[in-house]
Amino acid sequence: MARLAMVIDTVRCVGCMDCIVACKTENQTPEGFNRDWIAYDTQGKFPTLHQEIRSERCNQCSEPPCVDCCPTGASHVHEYGGVVLVEKTMCIGCKACIASCPYDARYVHPEGYVDKCTFCIHRVEKGMDPACVSVCPTHCMHFGDLEDPLSNVSKLLASRKHHTLIPQAGTEPHVYYLT
Amino acid sequence: MTTLSRRKFLKISGATVAAASAVAAAGRSVSSAIATTNVERGDRTVATYCDICFWKCGAIAHVRDGKLWKVEGNPLDPLSNGRLCPRGTGGVGAAFDTDRLRAPLIRRRDRGEDEWVEVTWDEAMTYIAERMQKIKSSYGPESVALFSHGIGGNFFKHTIKAFGSPNISAPSFAQCRGPRDVGFRLTFGEDVSSPERTDIRNAQCLVLIGSHLGENMHNTQVQEFADAVGNGASIIVVDPRYSIAASKAKYYLPIKPGTDLALILAWMNVIVAEKLYDAEYVAMYGFGFEPFAASIAPYTPEWAYPETGIEPALIRATAREMARYRPATLIHPGRHATWYGDDAQRSRAIALLNALMGSWGRKGGFYAPVSMDVPAYPTPPYPTPSKLKVDNPDHKYPFAHETITTGIREATITGKPYPIKGWFVYATNLLHALPNEQETIRAMQNLDLLVVIDVIPSEIAGWADVVLPESIYLERHDELNVEWFREPFVALRQPVVESPNDQKPNWWMAKTLAEKLGLGAYYPWKNAEEYLSTRITNAGMSWEQLKKDGIIRGEKRPIFFDEGVPAEFPTPTGKIEFFSVQLQKAGFDPVPMYKRPEGGPPGSFRLLYGRSPVHSFSRTQNNPVLMDMVDENMVWVNADVADRNGWKTGDWVVLRNQDGVVSNRIKVLATERIRPDCVYMVHGFGHTAKHLRRALGRGASDSQLITRYAVDPLMGGTAMNVNFVTIEATEVAHG
Repeated sequence: MARLAMVIDTVRCVGCMDCIVACKTENQTPEGFNRDWIAYDTQGKFPTLHQEIRSERCNQCSEPPCVDCCPTGASHVHEYGGVVLVEKTMCIGCKACIASCPYDARYVHPEGYVDKCTFCIHRVEKGMDPACVSVCPTHCMHFGDLEDPLSNVSKLLASRKHHTLIPQAGTEPHVYYLT
Repeated sequence: MTTLSRRKFLKISGATVAAASAVAAAGRSVSSAIATTNVERGDRTVATYCDICFWKCGAIAHVRDGKLWKVEGNPLDPLSNGRLCPRGTGGVGAAFDTDRLRAPLIRRRDRGEDEWVEVTWDEAMTYIAERMQKIKSSYGPESVALFSHGIGGNFFKHTIKAFGSPNISAPSFAQCRGPRDVGFRLTFGEDVSSPERTDIRNAQCLVLIGSHLGENMHNTQVQEFADAVGNGASIIVVDPRYSIAASKAKYYLPIKPGTDLALILAWMNVIVAEKLYDAEYVAMYGFGFEPFAASIAPYTPEWAYPETGIEPALIRATAREMARYRPATLIHPGRHATWYGDDAQRSRAIALLNALMGSWGRKGGFYAPVSMDVPAYPTPPYPTPSKLKVDNPDHKYPFAHETITTGIREATITGKPYPIKGWFVYATNLLHALPNEQETIRAMQNLDLLVVIDVIPSEIAGWADVVLPESIYLERHDELNVEWFREPFVALRQPVVESPNDQKPNWWMAKTLAEKLGLGAYYPWKNAEEYLSTRITNAGMSWEQLKKDGIIRGEKRPIFFDEGVPAEFPTPTGKIEFFSVQLQKAGFDPVPMYKRPEGGPPGSFRLLYGRSPVHSFSRTQNNPVLMDMVDENMVWVNADVADRNGWKTGDWVVLRNQDGVVSNRIKVLATERIRPDCVYMVHGFGHTAKHLRRALGRGASDSQLITRYAVDPLMGGTAMNVNFVTIEATEVAHG
């Protein structure tokens, strides 16, 4: 069984937003809405500053509260890779999932259903990387299977310091940030 | 001061507006905006190269069911290495923009009046040709000038040269990289060129002085910057603002704006005093080192401290850091270098610092770019103009090796040394690109003909007599990109989809105009495909391969001295000129000297500007994909300053400059990431062109506030970081 994960190197990332643009054109998200975004996390006092730049999105959690709280089963864990998806034909737009997500990773599509990052499962199932990973000009984004110890993502997590977002929420996120 | 009403700025045909607004609706899918009658089904790809900036990355455009879908990098292309920057990825938005120009327009009333008529291409070309001939008979062909940006201007340059005018210019010289190239030419005898010949990838120490790579998104450079960071290179960043690059730096030097030259001189002082330079390289290739060393002797770190605000210990530590990694120490020359008026000399100082590191011609420093030999299409020789270029009378700016845009503007205002009566403006929004928009407006009022060729109804288009709507890059052929780079290659731009309305490619317009002018002999080919394929075939390459792959790469060749590139320096002495006799003879400092910049009025902030990674100049703010990333600029204010004044992030303010010009409203970004004595905004926002409906009124325009500029005495560049603003809270939208 695969466990898909994204590993993002904050040392290389310049926050250029190419990941967001690529998601938009690949997935045709509506104008005014995006599935991913950049966080510029600045600490300190000028000029002694530290900044972490992160490309953020749905964390594809192993304990996804959005799935647990969905009254219709529209939010579900896909059969491959542990990816959390929304079946738009089953979604009633009640927004319970939006309220439950600690990462604010979901939005209501103008057509009435909830939308979010899919890890580009339509590409991944064809052997391609997610669109964001495939375009990144700094090569700061990595994608693969954590069940495979030889995968790029497994090796990076074994060798580099890293963290996830809001781990205390207990959601077991699968987007990792190298520092 | 006298100002024309800003409300008169951009006005374009009502007919086109009505058509465009029918499809405007919030929340639609970005691609559904394109209507098509095409019945094509399935997916196909076309290899081409990008035009969202001038970097010209190789791209693969995807078409699905006959509609443009997405653009990705071409893996064969050495500029993009298969990965476009966000602007390139968002390039499809240029096609989805429903505000695009659709048909040729002719103004029917006074310039600035909102009266346009859609005309046929034949009517438009006849009108232009008649007025050009009239200007030619009254004043001579030299009185028609062309302002151009990017490779798309090549065919118009050809037509204007064939017509007999030498007055062809681009803001990329006097408003951008000109001072840098002059500073390096005076030192090494050669330009930094574009793409920059910087070997960032292999640098072990990279020094960025105001260069905000990562925000400035020149693709190859940013890719190499990430490689350098990932490889653990020592990064030194000098910037009044804690840029993205600064966040990657081992040393961040928060310099007082305008004092960069003082810092560079102090660095050289330490490196010479402590004998940290590459003595063998300097002895072998240098000229005038002794007088150079004597000249910089007073510029100690202790001297530089009160000028720059950078502590002497930090100046010494960073100078030693650079020396530790030489020759793989790259002091980046920057690109947009028109800052304070001492720019060519500051750039020369950067060149000299690189010379001390021995980095020119060395791995991790500067490589010698190579190119393919693709012969020009044979055409008749151009007529010899009977007058010299108008921009630089009496060689007032003796080291200007390209044409000065603002010199043409000045001549258009004064009529001296001779009148300029016609302007062609190709793909450059002069009202945002040139400083002091009132001077541009004054100049335009002296014209008998103003033709704007563009894809969107920009501010400058609003002033035109004739607007020619161009097909976007995904709909047209363009000149071959025979690039000078790390390795030789040639790239093709070719149509992916058809233009949706009556837009035409630049080559067709330039050729048709030439034919109207009786200059058809200069276009001895039927269409772009014949022109391009002939050039490629004559170069011994396969046209079919180029059409299929978009790129043909040549064999790698030596690019560093130690690979066999001859260490030649085409300066007057044939050496790296630490001391410049030609500067001395022309009355300038033979070794750069520091002059303290003038400050602003009490209580004001120096206005600094820069780039967003998702926008190119003022040309992408109506692109629906890119505007979905960043849809306004904000004014960065130091957090303590903001706190003292009660300004919070998101508050609306206006900026008032030293001449009383008030900006459109703009939101505050209260941040630790900037010094307290300056404010910063991204260039290109604050559009006033009312038919750019996404862009209109979003954010503020730095260009509008740049009423003052300092002219570089060596080369005529216009330094624009010399304006000061105060901040006023507002509830009301201006402009």
